[in-house]
Amino acid sequence: MTVTYEEALQKYEPVFGLETHVELGTTTKMFCGCPTTFGAEPNSHVCPVCLGLPGSLPVTNRVAIEYTIKIGLALNCSIASWCRFARKNYFYPDMPKNFQISQYDEPLCVDGYLDVLVGGKTVRVGIERVHLEEDTGKSLHIGGATGRIQGADYSLVDYNRAGIPLVEIVTRPVPGTGFLAPEVARAYVTQLRDLLRSLGVSDVRMEEGSLRCDVNTSLSPYGSDVWGTRTETKNVNSLRSVERAVRSEISRQAEVLDSGGRVIQETRHFHEDTGTTTSGRSKEEAQDYRYFPEPDLVPVAPPRDWVESIAASLPELPAARRARLMSAWSLSELEFEALQNAGALDVVEATVAAGASPADARKWWLGELARRANDAGIDVSELPITPADVARISELVAAGSLNDRLARQVIEGVLDEEGTPDEVVAARGLAVVSDDSALLSAIDEAIAANPDVVARIRDGKVQAAGVLVGAVMKATRGKADAARVRDLIMERLS
Amino acid sequence: MSITRDEVAHLARLSRLALSDEELDHLAPQLGQIISAVAQVQEVAADGIPPTSHATGLTNVFRDDEPAPCLTPEEALSGAPEVELQRFKVPRILAEEP
Amino acid sequence: MNELITMTAAELSAAMSAGEVSAADVTEAHLDRITAVDDRVKAFLHVGADDARAQAREVDAMRAAGEPLGPLAGVPVAVKDLFTTIGMPTTCGSKILEGWHPPYESTITQRLRKAGAILLGKTNMDEFAMGSSTENSGYWTTRNPWDLARVPGGSSGGSAAAVAAYEAPLALGTDTGGSIRQPASVCGIVGTKPTYGGSSRYGVVAFASSLDTPGPFGRTVLDAALLHEVMSGHDPMDSTSIDAPVPPVVEAARHGDVAGLRIGVVSELAGDGYQPGVVARFTEAVELLESLGAKVTEISCPHFKYALPAYYLIAPSEASSNLARFDGMRYGLRVGGGSAEEVMAATRETGFGAEVKRRIMLGTYALSSGYYDAYYGKAQQVRTLIIQDFDAAFGQVDVLVSPSTPTTAFPIGERADDPMAMYLADLCTIPTDLAGNAAISVPCGLADEDGLPAGLQVMAPPLADDRLYRVGAAVEAAFTERWGHPLLTEAKGLSVR
Repeated sequence: MTVTYEEALQKYEPVFGLETHVELGTTTKMFCGCPTTFGAEPNSHVCPVCLGLPGSLPVTNRVAIEYTIKIGLALNCSIASWCRFARKNYFYPDMPKNFQISQYDEPLCVDGYLDVLVGGKTVRVGIERVHLEEDTGKSLHIGGATGRIQGADYSLVDYNRAGIPLVEIVTRPVPGTGFLAPEVARAYVTQLRDLLRSLGVSDVRMEEGSLRCDVNTSLSPYGSDVWGTRTETKNVNSLRSVERAVRSEISRQAEVLDSGGRVIQETRHFHEDTGTTTSGRSKEEAQDYRYFPEPDLVPVAPPRDWVESIAASLPELPAARRARLMSAWSLSELEFEALQNAGALDVVEATVAAGASPADARKWWLGELARRANDAGIDVSELPITPADVARISELVAAGSLNDRLARQVIEGVLDEEGTPDEVVAARGLAVVSDDSALLSAIDEAIAANPDVVARIRDGKVQAAGVLVGAVMKATRGKADAARVRDLIMERLS
Repeated sequence: MSITRDEVAHLARLSRLALSDEELDHLAPQLGQIISAVAQVQEVAADGIPPTSHATGLTNVFRDDEPAPCLTPEEALSGAPEVELQRFKVPRILAEEP
Repeated sequence: MNELITMTAAELSAAMSAGEVSAADVTEAHLDRITAVDDRVKAFLHVGADDARAQAREVDAMRAAGEPLGPLAGVPVAVKDLFTTIGMPTTCGSKILEGWHPPYESTITQRLRKAGAILLGKTNMDEFAMGSSTENSGYWTTRNPWDLARVPGGSSGGSAAAVAAYEAPLALGTDTGGSIRQPASVCGIVGTKPTYGGSSRYGVVAFASSLDTPGPFGRTVLDAALLHEVMSGHDPMDSTSIDAPVPPVVEAARHGDVAGLRIGVVSELAGDGYQPGVVARFTEAVELLESLGAKVTEISCPHFKYALPAYYLIAPSEASSNLARFDGMRYGLRVGGGSAEEVMAATRETGFGAEVKRRIMLGTYALSSGYYDAYYGKAQQVRTLIIQDFDAAFGQVDVLVSPSTPTTAFPIGERADDPMAMYLADLCTIPTDLAGNAAISVPCGLADEDGLPAGLQVMAPPLADDRLYRVGAAVEAAFTERWGHPLLTEAKGLSVR
C-alpha cells in the first residue's frame, strides 16, 4: 500500500535535520602543505602527512581555523575558548591512517542558528555544532556495473583529496514544518550555501562536491511527544535532491508505520533517477569510533581578540541584508524570497547601484534574464551580461529610446556577445523611432490604407486605432513607441 | 574482572586481526590478566581531577596556509603492493564507508 | 683491538679535529667491529656500509676544505629502526614493514647528517617499540654484550647493545615507557629520555604519541650530551615540539657538580621485586652523591604506584590507533586474496607479533564506548595526579633519583611469554614518561649476584635536562675514580682488548 505524501502528512509530523560538509577554499590542506587545487594527476598532491606514512605528523592550517570561526560567527554560534581535535577510528581504504582527525565532544563552534526564509515566513533552524575535520581520498571501483562498490572487483585509490579541510555543520532537529518540510530543508541548504559563498570560505558547489548534504528524517504521529526513529540519507547531490529526499522518506516511513512496521535506524542511499531511497548500512549496531583526543595536535584556544577581528571582517550577513533590502526596495517577504531563490540578489543590487530602479532591476533579472539562465542551465550571475548593462538598458527604456520589445532584442545581442547595449543598439539599428516626422509618414500611409478603420474611429470607436498602431509598428519594424503613435494618430484624425 | 574468549574475538575483529583459534586460546587469558591489572586505576580517587591528554601545555600551534613540496607520484606509490593507473590498487571493498 | 672503537665520541671528535685520524678510518674501524661481533650481538638489522663510507668521505673533504665542523662530524651513530631513513630500510622491528624504504627522512636523522654524523645502520628493537627486552622483534633477539644469553633490554635494545659492544660510540633510541633508560641500565651505558617535545617526533614511527621521546645513548655522560644537543630542538613539522632553546646539556656534562643540590629518593620506587644487588648499588650511588655534597631526602610520590597500570592503558590505546594504518593497502606486507577487509585482517595477523596484538586489543578495549571512562579516561586522570606528584616533589628538591629498573638483565626467554612480568621492567621509568619530564640512566656498578650492570636513574623537571647531565657527570667521574676504569671494560661477553 503506497502512502501518498499528502496522506502521510495528515497523520504524521515530519522532523528533519541536516549534516552539511563544506570543503574549505584554503590554499593548502588541513594538516600539511599540499595544494588543494582540483584536477591534478592522481597521487601528485600528496606528502608523508596526508598519505599517513609511518612517522608523519599533522600540523594545523591556521586559515582553516579562521574560516571555521568565521562560519560559526555567521551562524550565530559561540566559539569555543579551548577545544581539541579527536581521532575517529575506523578502517577504510580511502583513509590513509584508518582514523580521521575530526572533532568529537569539543567542536570549535556551538549553539547557533540560521533564519531561513520560506514561503514568506522565517524558520529558525538551530545549529548544534560546526567543527573541522579532514577529508578522505577518493576511490574508483572497477568491475561492477554501477561504479559503486557493489559488484566491483577491486578499487583504485587516489589520495589527492585526503586531508582537504572539511567543515561539518550539524543542525538541531527541525520540527513543526509540516508539509513544508522538504521546502524548508531545501531552503536551508540554499541559504546556507549563499551565506558560505558570501563569506568567501568555499566555492560551495554541490555538483563538484565542495558542499555535501546528509539528510536525517523521522516521523512522529501528530500529538505525540515522542520523536520517531530517524534515518540518514546520503548521496544527496543537489538542492532538488534535498527536497526530494525528504519528501520520499516521509512517504516511505509513513507507509512503514501505517502497515504496523517499525522504522529501522539506518543509512539510506538517495537515487537521482527514481527520487527514492534504498537501504544502505544498518545503524542499529552503531559504529563505535573509539574517539579520543588527538595526541599529535595540541588544543586550539582561539584568543578572544582574534575571534573579534574575524567577527569584524564578516560581510553583511543575510538576515541584515534581507532587512535592509526589503526596506529599501519596499519588498514583501515573498518578493524578497523570489529574488533569493533565483540567486539574483547580488546582480539586482548591483544593477540598482548602477542607476536602475529596484522595480526595473527586478523585472529584468527575474523575468527575461532568469528565463534565459534557466534555459542555459546556469545561474543568472553567470550570464554574459553585467548589472551595468542591464542598468543602461533600463535607462534607455526610461528615456524612451527603447521600448520593451526592443530592449529584449538588445539583451539578446549583449548575451550573444555582440557588445555593450549601446553598441548593439547601433549595430542592429534598434533605436525607437522618436522623430515624429518619420512616424507621421507611416501614420499617413496607414490612414490612407485603412479608410474603414478611420471611419470607425471618427465614429467614436477609438479602440479601432489599435489597428492603425499595429500597421505603423509593422511598418517601422517595431521601432516606434506605440503610445506616441497612438497619440499622433488621434491628433491626425481630430 | 575477566574477559571472555568471545569478547576477545570481538576485539580482534574490531582491530582487524584475523586471529587463529590457537592464538585466541592463548591471548584471551593473558588479556584478561592485563585488564585486571590495569583496572587498578579505578581505585584512585580522582573526582574533579582533569584528565591530561597533552603533557606540554602547548596550545595554538599552527602553520601558514602556504604550499610545501609534495612527493612525486612515484615516491608516493613506491611502497604500494599493487599500482594501477597511478593509483593504489586495493582488493574489492565489501562495506560502504561508515 | 682497534683503539678507535673504544674512544668516546668526544675523543674521536677531538682526534679528527686535530687531524690525527680521518672520518674514513673511524668509520671503517666501526664497520670492521660490526663485522667482527655483530653475528653474536645481533644489534643491527641493517648496516649501510657504502652510505656510511660516502658520508665519511664527505666529512673528510669538508674538513680538508677548512669548513667549520661540529662536534659530531665524522662520529658514527647507530639508529634505532624506528626512525625513517632514506637509503636504508625502516622496519620498526616488524615483519609488516620488512624491506620498506620510506620516501622521506626523519627530522632527527636529517639533523645528524647535516652535522656530519655517520649513520652506520639501523638497530634492532622490540616490534613497534613495544617491549623491554628486544625479544618482541619480528626478526631476532639482540644479545646483551655482558652476557650473550641475556637480553639487552628494550625496546631500544639494539642501539644499547651496539654502543655497549663498541660497534658505535653513539646511538639513537626512543623512550615511551623506559625504552632508552632500561636498556642503558642493563647494558651498562648512559641513556637519556629528554623532556617530551624536546626532540622531534617527525619521522619517528609512532607507538604512543603523547609519550614517545627520541633520545641519545652513549658510553659516557658527555657523549650522550653531545648527541642530545645536536638531535634536539624545535621542529615546525611536529606540533608537540617545544619552541624553546635546548637546555645546555653539554655545558652541564662538562661541569658535573652536585654540591648543594637537593636530591629526593622516591620512596615508592623500591621494595618487592627489586633485586637486592640493584638496590645495593643504588644505595651506594645515593651515598656517593651525599659524599659529593648533595642534600638527600626521601620524597613520597604517592600516585607513582598507579603509573604502571595508567601507562598500560594510555600507551596501548594510542598505539591501537597509530598502528591501524598498517593494513597492506599502501605499503608493507600484503597477505591474502579476498576482500579488502579480509586482506587487512590477514596482513595484520601475519605481520604483527603477539605483544603488538595484545596491546592493540587492549587499547581497542580501553577506548571502547562504555569502557572509555573507566579505563582510558581514568588513566588520564592518574596521569594528572602523577604530574602533580612531580610538581610537588620538584618544589622541594632539584632532582629525584631511583634505580633505573628493578633488576639486571634477565635471561632471554625468562619473561618472553609473561607480559605482566615483562611490564615490571618499566616500573621506575614510566612515571617520567607519563609526566613528560626528563630522566637519565647512568651506570652505578655491578650487582653482586650476577656481576651485571645496574643503573641510577635521575629525574628532572621539564626543560631542566641539563640537571641530569650535571648530576650524571658528577656520579660518573666519582665512580670511575672509585673503580679505576669505566664500568664497561668489565664486560666479559665480548673481549675488547
